[in-house]
Amino acid sequence: MTRHSDPTQVQLTADGRLKHFLTTEGLSKALLTEILDLADSFISTQERAVKKVPLLRGKTVVNLFFENSTRTRSTFELAAKRLSADILNLDIARSATSKGETLMDTLWNLEAMYSDMFVVRHADSGAAHFIAEQVTPGVAIINAGDGRHAHPTQAMLDMLTIRRHKGSIEGKTVAIVGDILHSRVARSQIHALKTLGAKEIRVIGPATLVPKEMTDLGASIHYDMTRGLKDADVVIMLRLQKERMSDALLPSESEYFKLYGLTEEKLKLAKDDAIVMHPGPINRGVEIDSAVADGEQSVILNQVSYGIAVRMAVMAMAMSGQASEQAKQKAGDNA
Amino acid sequence: MTNPDIALPDAEVLCQQLIKDVQTLIREKNLQKPLLIGIRTGGAWLAERLQKALSLPELGILDISFYRDDFDERGLSSQAKGSELPDSIENRDIILIDDVLMSGRTIRAAMNEIFDYGRPASIKLVCLIDIGQRQLPIQTDLVGAKLELESGKKVKLSGPSPLLLSVD
Repeated sequence: MTRHSDPTQVQLTADGRLKHFLTTEGLSKALLTEILDLADSFISTQERAVKKVPLLRGKTVVNLFFENSTRTRSTFELAAKRLSADILNLDIARSATSKGETLMDTLWNLEAMYSDMFVVRHADSGAAHFIAEQVTPGVAIINAGDGRHAHPTQAMLDMLTIRRHKGSIEGKTVAIVGDILHSRVARSQIHALKTLGAKEIRVIGPATLVPKEMTDLGASIHYDMTRGLKDADVVIMLRLQKERMSDALLPSESEYFKLYGLTEEKLKLAKDDAIVMHPGPINRGVEIDSAVADGEQSVILNQVSYGIAVRMAVMAMAMSGQASEQAKQKAGDNA
Repeated sequence: MTNPDIALPDAEVLCQQLIKDVQTLIREKNLQKPLLIGIRTGGAWLAERLQKALSLPELGILDISFYRDDFDERGLSSQAKGSELPDSIENRDIILIDDVLMSGRTIRAAMNEIFDYGRPASIKLVCLIDIGQRQLPIQTDLVGAKLELESGKKVKLSGPSPLLLSVD
């Protein structure tokens, strides 16, 4: 899939407001902070008896998942519902595209159903960006994960988790452990952490799974946990995809666990009050020990709750950016 | 940009008067556990003053950003902060407070939001200034002052201390 323009620019209106959410890369600190602040407000609305707010009443959101994902899709669905939007879930992996329909034909058909927003997950890097460039003005695109490129809502819910549990991101040492090579989550996290002022970002994993380019993004590379975890404020474990074993990038699950699995003992290397995060689904006994996943320092389930709030925030902001751009367009046409 | 042609009342004096009037209202209507709810930001400043002066234990702050009816024209305010209401407003007598009443749309949004928190026994509306130009059937139970402005002009309250009215 070819990229025609800078994704950072495609996702902003002329006056710098969010109108799509494709990547955390290149977004300003002020804008990322606005997402976190708004998400905080949506955490409080969800604690009420009536969890919905009428912000996107009458809008239609389509979950367009070309790759399976239960958690991300269901939290996007809840987020849309709690903003009072109507939501259509399309499991494209099993529908029209498998009959030979092209991506754009699928999209135009859905547009013809008066959709206002597409939440897109796709195995190709750049898919959400490609769609954002082709889509009719007024329709917002949210990237729910594209190839190895980006997973911006996961990164922002991780930022919200750090901010709520550690007070702020500024000055914090964050260790990201595991399969960095195939991880869109890690890339989006590093961009966001950097912009929000983290003191140190460390990526830890076997040399086969930690690309050297990570230093260009501002992260330091570690191949052993002892040095990598030392005095960290935040430890983010990534899921080890089992198919990597068959790719011969890893020896075996037990070998991996021995070297990079997070145990209570290894966690002691980090600060006493360090938090442990994981985007899920977790492989117990592969990248994380059950005692740690269920332990006091784990905030893994909090991440899931915050995920809904963050998704509500970016959906509201993108729809808001589209609305104001459309209103300006209309005013210009009438002038 | 104060318009010299319009004599604006002193907001601090109006606020003192409102404190007395709200006290009378609570007594006359025999409101047992009244709950003050101020609409961000001007209404919240007034509600805080009233709460202190009347020594009431609780205060609610309402941010109606998620309930506005002009989302398609204006989008979402980047100032949206969320509301802070007590755990339960069920069967409470609410005194809803705003700074300037005009179209009535803010009050409509505020009442919709309140009902998403629960079912209050009653809602009274208290405003510092009423400048007319209503677009919805909404009226105050208590008001500091009524003003008539040239069309296109608005009154703004700045604060929280001192409270100051201006026209723009």
